Order: sequence, then C-alpha cells, then structure tokens
Amino acid sequence: MDKTWNNKAWFLVLPVLVLVAFTAVVPLMTVVNYSVQDTFGNNVFTWAGTEWFEELLSSSRFWEAMVRNLIFSFIILAIEVPLGIFIALNMPKKGWGVPVCLVLMSLPLLIPWNVVGTIWQVFGRNDIGLLGYYLNAIGIDYNYVQDPFDAWVTIIVMDVWHWTSLVVLLCYAGLVSIPDAFYQAAKIDGASRWAVFRYIQLPKMQRVLLIAVLLRFMDSFMIYTEPFVVTGGGPGNSTTFLSIDLVKTALGQFDLGPAAAMSLVYFLIILLLSWVFYTVMTNYDAER
Amino acid sequence: MNLDLSWMAWTWPTAAFFATVLLLLCGMAAWEYASPGGNPRVGILRFETTRGDRLFLSLLGSAFIHLAWLGLVGSNLWWALALSVVYAIGVFRYV
Repeated sequence: MDKTWNNKAWFLVLPVLVLVAFTAVVPLMTVVNYSVQDTFGNNVFTWAGTEWFEELLSSSRFWEAMVRNLIFSFIILAIEVPLGIFIALNMPKKGWGVPVCLVLMSLPLLIPWNVVGTIWQVFGRNDIGLLGYYLNAIGIDYNYVQDPFDAWVTIIVMDVWHWTSLVVLLCYAGLVSIPDAFYQAAKIDGASRWAVFRYIQLPKMQRVLLIAVLLRFMDSFMIYTEPFVVTGGGPGNSTTFLSIDLVKTALGQFDLGPAAAMSLVYFLIILLLSWVFYTVMTNYDAER
Repeated sequence: MNLDLSWMAWTWPTAAFFATVLLLLCGMAAWEYASPGGNPRVGILRFETTRGDRLFLSLLGSAFIHLAWLGLVGSNLWWALALSVVYAIGVFRYV
C-alpha cells in the first residue's frame, strides 16, 4: 500500500521537538533518575530502588494532600460553574454594556497568580486588610492565619474571584452563538424561562461548559502560587495541596529522591486527566 | 568536547527503561512506515483509537499497575511487569 501523505512536513516540527526535548524530556529523564536514588548534594547519588515510591504510597501526608486537592477542585467547580452560567445569562447581549462587561470579566484573568495571592493575602489581614478588618469589626471572628476554616474560605473565594470569569466568558461565547430563531420559536410555543434555559441555552453551552469544567478541574488540581502566597499551606497543613507539598519536599527539605518520586506520581495523574480531557473533547467533536 | 551528564544521575536501570521506551517508539515508527494510517478502529471503549493511542494507554496503564503493585503488594515488580504485558496485549487486541 502506498503512503497516504508526504511525511517531509515532519521536518517543520523538528525545531519544536528539539525545544521540547531540552525543556521537558531531559528534565523528565532527570526526575526519573533522581526518583530511584538518594543524594546529599555534590552530584553524589546512591541507589535507592523503589524505596521512595513505597514511602510515598504509604505516606498519609501525600494522601491527605491529594484528598485536600480533590475537595478543593470539587468545591470550586460546584461554585464557579453555576455562578459562571448565572452571570453569563444575565450579561447584556447588545449595546454599550457588552464591552464594559467583557472588560470587567477579563480583568481578573489578566492578573498574575502571585499578584492575586498578594492581593488576597493583604485583603484578608485583620490589621490592615479591608476584608479582614471589617469582618472582625462587625463581630465575625475571621483570621485566615490561625483558623483552617477561614483559610479554606479565603482561598476558595480567591479562586472563585480569579477564575469564575473564565467560565462566564466561555458560557457567554456559547450563548451569543445561539441564533435568534431559536428564541423566536420558543416564544411562539410559549416556553417558560426555565424551558428556554433547559432546552435551548444549556444544550448549546454544552461544549463550552465541558471545556470550562475540564480546564478548571485540571488547573485547580495543579494550583500552587495563590494558596502558597496567601497561607503558605497553613495553618498547619490545612491548605497544603499536592504542589505545595512537593515544593516543600524538594526545596524546603531538599529531599530530591522523594520529591522526584512524588513528581512522577503527580505527573502521571495529570497525564491521565489530560488524556481524559483530550479524549472527551475529540470524541465530542467527532459526534458533532 | 567533554559532555558532562553527571548532573542527570544516570543509572543502568533508568537508562534501560528509557532505551526500551525509545525502542518502542522506533518500532511504532517502523510499523507506521510499513502500514500507514495508524490502524484506527472502535474498540471496547466505544471511541476510535489508533495504534499510537493504544501504546500510550498501555504505557500509562502499566505505570499505574506498577504503582498499585508497589502500594498494595510489595517491591518485587516482576509480577507487575508481567501483568503490564498482559494488559498491553489486551489493549492492543481489544481497545
């Protein structure tokens, strides 16, 4: 059987392959090498075999961080997706309000992660923070530095503030793509507001909602900068997610072997999620 | 030019692991050259997969099989390897 296409085009992606090799493949190989060894510095390594993996898989610290991460992802999805849909449904579809709303919605997305963390770290402080000071002034005992519940509320509200806009913009894009004929037909049929949402708007938003849910899940599962800046993983370990735990192990304790093993397990989980994301998206496109 | 790769901390087992992955990729390239198109088909997962997808699923699944073995059974990974080979054959046959 003859070849069905000209494979010379692959030479055009060679520069990218070389770049990826040096920025991803070589570091990944090094992490794999570190994960089966122990070191005390000076490039001196001793063989440890699967010890770090066994230690990691039986470590309550790792599983607790994983559970925290999953709970965090679940909570922010449960808040951001319905809230994003609600805001998108109520945004103006024509007139001067459209660009104003779009710019306002885009603003949080333009702020770097560490700046968002710093904003909320100051905002929530009891002494100088607008939020922390006034919550205490009206009698609510709020202190995210000492109370794990307050710390969780702070980082969840921060994430909702930062990323709901993404869900809003995606849903809005889905909504404005619905032709007017659908709404006119619904009006003729005397459809209620709920029926319009359930049978016209929601199905038309299905694709963008899928993107939003998967993006937000993966992103929240890998979250590091914002909670690290606000709480540093505390109080205690109450907001220590997988990425924070990893950095503490690698850079705080300089346990390169255990950190490498943890990186690989974390990487495999993300790889699995990315594959699910890719598969769901491509199959959805194929079905259409 | 003396290329110092000591910072990468190479060991024979990890080198053998990456050499195996490289050989698998070369084998897939040769297979593709001999039989172009990727042999797409719909298997038990009810969506289309190519042989590249099947290799990826085999490798990813094998990694999780090894981790599960380490966590649940013990550090002797030869049985996990055997299980992974059976799993990979199953993926290439039915997925």
